[in-house]
Amino acid sequence: MKAFVNLFEDLDSTTSTLEKVSALKLYFSKTSHSDSMWAVLLLTGKLSKRVLTSRNLRDLFLIATKYPEWLLEECASQVGDTAETLSLLAQSLNLSRTFSIHSSSEEFNLSQWMDLRIPELAAIDDQEEQARILISWWKTLLSSEIFILNKLMTGAFRVGVSEKLVIRALSEHFEIPSDQVAHRLIGIKKAGAENFTKLISKDFVEVSFSQPYPFCLAHSFSDRTNLDFKPEDWCIEWKYDGIRAQVIKRSQQVWIWSRGEEDITAGFPDLAEAFKDLPEGSVIDGEILVLKNGEIQLFQDLQKRLGRKKPSAAILKTHPAGFVGYDCLEFNGVDRRQESLRARRDYLKKIISNLSLPQIKISEAQTVTGLDQLENLRSEARNHQAEGLMIKGWDSTYTVGRKTGSWWKHKVDPLSLDAVLLYAQAGTGRRANLYTDYTFALWDNDPDGQDKKLVTFAKAYSGLDQDEINKLDHWIRRNTKEKFGPVRSLEPEHVFEIAFEGISKSDRHKSGIAVRFPRILRWRHDKKVEDADTLQTALALLKSQEILS
Amino acid sequence: MKDVIVLSKNGLYCPAGDFYIDPWKPIETSFITHAHSDHARSGAEKYYTSLRGLSLFKHRLKGYANAQDAVGVPFGKKIKINEAWVSFHSAGHILGSAQLRVEVKNKVWVASGDYKRTPDPSCDPFEVVPCDAFISEATFALPIYRWESGEVTAQKIKDWWHSDRSRPSILFCYSLGKAQRVLAELKKISDETVYLHGAAVGLTDIYRAEGIDMLQTLPVSEVPKDFDFAGCLILAPPSAHRSSWMKRFKEPQTAFGSGWMQVRGARRRGGYEKGFILSDHADWNELIQTIDETGAQKIILTHGREDVLARVLREKGLEVAHFTTEYSDEEIG
Repeated sequence: MKAFVNLFEDLDSTTSTLEKVSALKLYFSKTSHSDSMWAVLLLTGKLSKRVLTSRNLRDLFLIATKYPEWLLEECASQVGDTAETLSLLAQSLNLSRTFSIHSSSEEFNLSQWMDLRIPELAAIDDQEEQARILISWWKTLLSSEIFILNKLMTGAFRVGVSEKLVIRALSEHFEIPSDQVAHRLIGIKKAGAENFTKLISKDFVEVSFSQPYPFCLAHSFSDRTNLDFKPEDWCIEWKYDGIRAQVIKRSQQVWIWSRGEEDITAGFPDLAEAFKDLPEGSVIDGEILVLKNGEIQLFQDLQKRLGRKKPSAAILKTHPAGFVGYDCLEFNGVDRRQESLRARRDYLKKIISNLSLPQIKISEAQTVTGLDQLENLRSEARNHQAEGLMIKGWDSTYTVGRKTGSWWKHKVDPLSLDAVLLYAQAGTGRRANLYTDYTFALWDNDPDGQDKKLVTFAKAYSGLDQDEINKLDHWIRRNTKEKFGPVRSLEPEHVFEIAFEGISKSDRHKSGIAVRFPRILRWRHDKKVEDADTLQTALALLKSQEILS
Repeated sequence: MKDVIVLSKNGLYCPAGDFYIDPWKPIETSFITHAHSDHARSGAEKYYTSLRGLSLFKHRLKGYANAQDAVGVPFGKKIKINEAWVSFHSAGHILGSAQLRVEVKNKVWVASGDYKRTPDPSCDPFEVVPCDAFISEATFALPIYRWESGEVTAQKIKDWWHSDRSRPSILFCYSLGKAQRVLAELKKISDETVYLHGAAVGLTDIYRAEGIDMLQTLPVSEVPKDFDFAGCLILAPPSAHRSSWMKRFKEPQTAFGSGWMQVRGARRRGGYEKGFILSDHADWNELIQTIDETGAQKIILTHGREDVLARVLREKGLEVAHFTTEYSDEEIG
């Protein structure tokens, strides 16, 4: 496992893409195919084999050491990660091997741990015995190795390395095109040397026919460096507020895949049925939305359809799914991703107009004469149930991941409210022991205007820079009113502008409203607590949205 | 029994001796445990410090005349200040750092300032001073903090430095204490010249004058303008990270030396590529061991995670109190 621990440390100690790729290549050059396969699956999060929960692991530690639980909790809240906390405590309690300059110990490779040792531990019923084995393993490992072992057992392996980077390293090291690696990787669901051999094979290997292509993603329009804009070069479409999906028809079967590469066919039987007459050998990319009498409904309506393995007949009736097609990736059984968007949209039109179903539409290309008109169009997006515009080069190919230059998204400015910071909680991982999870409140005015109180309406984690986080953390520690477990209630003193994408009614929150994607836009040092927005303002926003739909 | 040392608004105060210990608002007579800026401040009429730390103390308070007249007391020598007998005892934190033993009417209290037990070739080792009451720091008072020996850390630093000799290696660490400790530890396994940021130059000279054996050093400012630092080790204070001072180094690899680097989240947050666990404070086991060895029945905790340590000590049957001080934690950078 040493090679994998080294890889982890190399990846963890640099922010340079180039260095990360070369660390991965070095690893692939030195390890067996079965270890490499595990490394790829673990780093891309494709297979997080969680044999123990963090809680299980903690319990085993407590059983083995009789350590005071409260002290473990204090440590865990400082570290923000159970696997790491236990690796540090192992060191503190002399339950780990100590680092010596010329050390070596019996070494099991990554596959032995993943395929044999860890599953064997998990299969043991007796907790005492499990605890004993765990500690005996720890004693042969350095603290840094215990951390990795703990992570392997509890799943959730996050190391600032994207799937794209792993694909790039594989592609460069084994000299195969990256989109081929990406496509094959989607089909791999298991470890094993033979799968790695398939992944890096130079021959054409038929991939499982149900697999989608890797999704092409867009960059933010405001990030572009070339500011020239010739309207005739660009296909401008509404950016709908649903979920991106690929519909596949191969071997007389329909599959629907989400952008997270999840097979969601069973959750959308109405769509699968609608697409059953799609011609053989078709793959189309588009957006799933709730469509009622041809009208696009709010995202909150779509939410009722998400996360259900099998929707009920009632919900299928009240919340019928529709599809707006953006692109065609495969036509007549041929991969069309290297052809131009212009050509691909022609295939799309052919396929969808032949289906001729009201719930399956084509995303219409909008025309503008220049940037001014583009901005005007964008400002109307909400009236069209869209969250902005997509701007794609007519000549662009369908690339893997997020390549810069030919696909842009241009979202509408978010809705926002000024709210008061009321509670804070420490973050986890990188933000452990910093108060970074904030809860915000609005004023609720009494009808007679006498009494007003703060009601919470949103939690937000992101949007402040490191300096602001540090400043706020410092203030929070000195202005805590009460502690409830990990949560601190605070003096109402600071006002923040909270941006969000949508607002809806909710029974879950005290305020009666819920917002989508809340985040902090800015710290309003210029505003006093009394100047924060009211629940009544929020409800007015809610009303205006409902009128539009 | 009256308390030998109490907390006043200006700092720790000994009523029987009418003097302060490391006051944050010095006015009258002040005893200084060590030369870090949160403990050694200007403003007092008269200063006492350990003889071993005297030149460092004067250097730190260069512009302040009263500090230049400070009295340096040898370790272990008892002096009488009003009703109190006072002596300095090595604390092992940095060169000349001391615990203050204060005896009033057969009651012995020890104010330990900052201390560590991990062996360090750049300063004298910690001396256990038996006492009735022990005032302890609690900077790293969580069991997750456990230091490796200086040899192991130095080896890791050397491995990192030598892992890429096409780039300069900049190690950020505090200029007083840690920089010299790194130089002294590396002396055992290297004979190369190390380059220093200006902040550490004068302090390193004082260490040398006190007889501390360290690697040869050169100030970065005295190197020719076109000098190529590839493969060189450079020591700099954390404040220099991402400052314009860094411009003269081409694609450096950077690391930070601090006890906080024990936790991955802190390591990543700092924006340094690499973190070395290097602290001049006691780790958890050292705190517990030291408090145990002093035999003190009353423990007063100052800065850090005193809440956790207090609970553990109370469960052992000790009397625990708390002083809210204005000393800072080891810097995160």
